[in-house]
Parts: sequence; structure tokens; C-alpha cells
Amino acid sequence: MTIHRGRGFASINYPIGMNLGGDPSQALVHSNPGGKFMVALSSIDLGQGMKSVTRQIAAETLGVPVEDVYVDTADSDTGPHCMGSFASRGTHRVGNAVIQAAQEARAVMLEAAAEELEVDPADLVTDGKGNIHVKGAPSKSITTAEACGAAQFKQGRTVSGRGIFLIPLSEVDPETGEMTPVSCFAHAALIVDIDVDDETGEIDVVEMNSAYELGRALNPRLVEQQLVGGAWMGLSHAAWETTEPYYPERSHGPLDFNTYLMPGPGDIASHHISILERPAPDGPYGGKGPGEMCANPVLPAMVNAVFNAVGVRIDELPITPEKILRGIRANGGAQPQGRRG
Amino acid sequence: MAKKPIQFHLNGSEKAIFVEEGQNLLDVIRRGVGDLTPKYGCGQGTCGTCTVLIDGKPHLSCLTLAETIEGRQVSTTGGLQRGAELHPLQKAFMEGFAAQCGYCTPGMLMAAKALLDKNPNPSRDEVVEAISGNICRCTGYEPIINAILEAAKAGGARRYG
Repeated sequence: MTIHRGRGFASINYPIGMNLGGDPSQALVHSNPGGKFMVALSSIDLGQGMKSVTRQIAAETLGVPVEDVYVDTADSDTGPHCMGSFASRGTHRVGNAVIQAAQEARAVMLEAAAEELEVDPADLVTDGKGNIHVKGAPSKSITTAEACGAAQFKQGRTVSGRGIFLIPLSEVDPETGEMTPVSCFAHAALIVDIDVDDETGEIDVVEMNSAYELGRALNPRLVEQQLVGGAWMGLSHAAWETTEPYYPERSHGPLDFNTYLMPGPGDIASHHISILERPAPDGPYGGKGPGEMCANPVLPAMVNAVFNAVGVRIDELPITPEKILRGIRANGGAQPQGRRG
Repeated sequence: MAKKPIQFHLNGSEKAIFVEEGQNLLDVIRRGVGDLTPKYGCGQGTCGTCTVLIDGKPHLSCLTLAETIEGRQVSTTGGLQRGAELHPLQKAFMEGFAAQCGYCTPGMLMAAKALLDKNPNPSRDEVVEAISGNICRCTGYEPIINAILEAAKAGGARRYG
């Protein structure tokens, strides 16, 4: 029995969102008379941080404290249309829609404030702390609550805004085959070091090192959380999970967690992540969205690491001990590829 | 089906309820007495999200016959908080971003509580072992392990009984 150390590398371009029907999402923003704002979406927060990030984006655009913004993602009956929480599109698509809606609501709020202060709305700024004042004259001010209250009870205005983000559907050019299905790409590179046991075919993940370029990290802690968890999911897809172990043969398909395998807390390895921020021109405050990309580079990197360790080229996931052992046998033994660099 | 009266303590308060023969503890806690904090995941003892403490030890409530808890102390996540004050584990989970979808969190918290109650300064390996019966889909475990170690470091977990 010998343990072979292998290193695998993979880098990816990851498209944000999709090209189906323009991939639109809408947002509605309105204030209540107390000066707090509600963002209505039908985009669902699965735990990935949709509510936190859209709340930050709305607060930034409106010019109010983040505490003054609520996000309601109730359902598709009560919220405006959204394509959904998938394709790593939430931050980018919904965030852009929220900016548009918040800009419109902000404009009405400033008009209401201007009427109360008897000034031009173009001369007004917000301080992000709940106040609106004349540029260069902070004493000439009104709170957002007073402005929204005046809109409601005196002026008869709705402090509200509508937003939609839509990239027109890109058709294929029949002459050249060209199309522009995606406006925004995120990028990642990942190195994984593994040990492969040539007697059992088992893999032990030793360490992962990665770099992700995902526009501006609008909420750095949530980004880090997604990257750490997503890499685990990638690892799980690479070496554990499958619903069809002998596809297209349906036998041995797992029906429960006894047979549907996933790495446990004892199977994880240390993962060092670098986050590169290059704000995207068409992203909300430069954000793209980590989303599915966190998992993607792990799979090809793992396959490459197995080849590097024992010379077996796996072309069907997951990388099971059985596939590694069959590969080693077909090659007449383990064939370590050596390390470069 | 015959029903049987049982009495037990849930998070310190006495409960008396009729249970059906073969009814599991998770069902009694959730539907019987209305504490929805332990979750139903797999229903066969493989995911760990239904973990509760019985007399201080972690048990899979989906596999525990309700009749067997007569007179015993059952603890759930619902009893962790003291008024407005979160349990040190809850605080550490929140500050350490140790939950995404949150479905595994009640089981993780109770498995961690059982560990810290008997071993206030666990090693990383002991933490890993304590939560090895709990599956998490979102976090990759790392933030959960770190949060439990942070809660231990912050101390005071025992004060919460």
C-alpha cells in the first residue's frame, strides 16, 4: 500500500445569470409614513444572503441607514416578478432592480423634502443617517421620517419606486453563430492537494487554496461564508454525491443518507481563500455574486489531482474508490505524474 | 390505537400529554406540545437535525419512543435563550456565520451543548466528533466547528444549565 500525494489545478469563468427571456427581475420600494422603507421582492432567500444584500443596496441608494430598510420576499402573489434564486443571479439581477426602484423612491422623497424646506430638490443630499439637507448647509435639514410623513399626510405623494433589470435576449447570429448570452463573468482558480491510497482507492483531501474574482464583495462575511460552504459542496459533488452511481442502470441508486454520501465534518480540509475585487461595470455597486461558482472549480481540480497522484484519468463523477482502483488496475499500477513547479 | 399518558420536563417546564404507542419523541415535541425548534429531516436517524438532549445527553428524537421519556428532562433549542439573552453557542453561531439555510442549526446547537456541558474546553477533534452525526448542506462545517470553539473560549456555557 502506498499513499500518493497529488495536486490538481483548475480555473473557471463563470457567467452570472442566464439568457432566457432576458432573465428579468423586478423590485418595488416604498416608504411608510414613519420614514422606513420596504423592499418588496419575490426573490427567495435560501440562506445565501439575498435579504441582507438587497437591504444594503436599497439603503445605499436611498441614502438611509440600513436599519431603516426592510426586505419582504413573501411570495410571487404579493411581490413583483422574479425569475428566481439560481444561476448566481440574485445579487446582480435583483440588486440592479433594487437600485432602479430605490432611485425612483429617493427622487420622490427628495421632492417631498424640497417642498417642506422650500428649496430645489436638486440641491438636497442625504447623510445616510436619516437626514436630508441642503448641500453645503447641514442646518437646513429635515429627517427622512418628516419628509415621508409630509408626503403621506400633506402632499399626497407616494414615496415609492419601481425597478426592473432586463438584458435583452441575445439571439444567435445565423451567419456567424455569434451571440452575447452573458454580460458579466466571475472568475476563480483553485489548487487542491490530495492523498490517494492505491490499495483502497480512497482520497484524503489535504488542503485547498483558491482565489475568487467576484466583482465587489458587497457583504464580505456572506461572500466568505458562501465560498467556504460552496467549496465543500464542490468537493462533495467531486468525490461523494450521486443519485445514479451506475447510470443509466438504475440499481444501487441511493434512497437515503445511509447511501447518499456526503463528506462529514471530519472529511474537510483547510481552505485558504483570496478574494479579488474588481467591480463589475454593470453590477450593483460592482457586485457580481459568488453563487454556484464557489463549487465549480473544485470538481476539475480534484480530477486533475487524482491524475497527478496515480495517473488515472476520471471522466465520470463522482470520483469513487472503485473508479480509481479500476483505473490503477487498467494502467498496470499507480503511475504518479510528478509535481511541476 | 391505545394512548398512554406520559409526563416529562421540556426545557424545565412540566408537560403531561397522551402519546400513541410507537409515536416518536420528535412528533410529540413538535405536534404534541408545540415546540417547533427540533426539525424533521430524514426521519431515520441519519441527519441529526432532530437532536435533543435527554437528561443532558444527545438523542435523535425521531428514533426515540415517546413512552421512554417518562419522568425525564428533555432540552431543545427552544430552551437555550434566557429572556432576550442568547446562549453563548447561539451568539457564536450568529457572529461566526455558522448557518445559511439554518435547517441543521437546532441539531448542531444541541450536539454542541451536550459536548460543552461535559467538556467546556474541547479540542477541535472533539468538536468534530461531537457533530459528526449532524449533516450540514450549506456551511462546509468549518464555520460551525469554529463557532463551537469560540463559544467554548468565551466560556459561560455551563451557566445556562
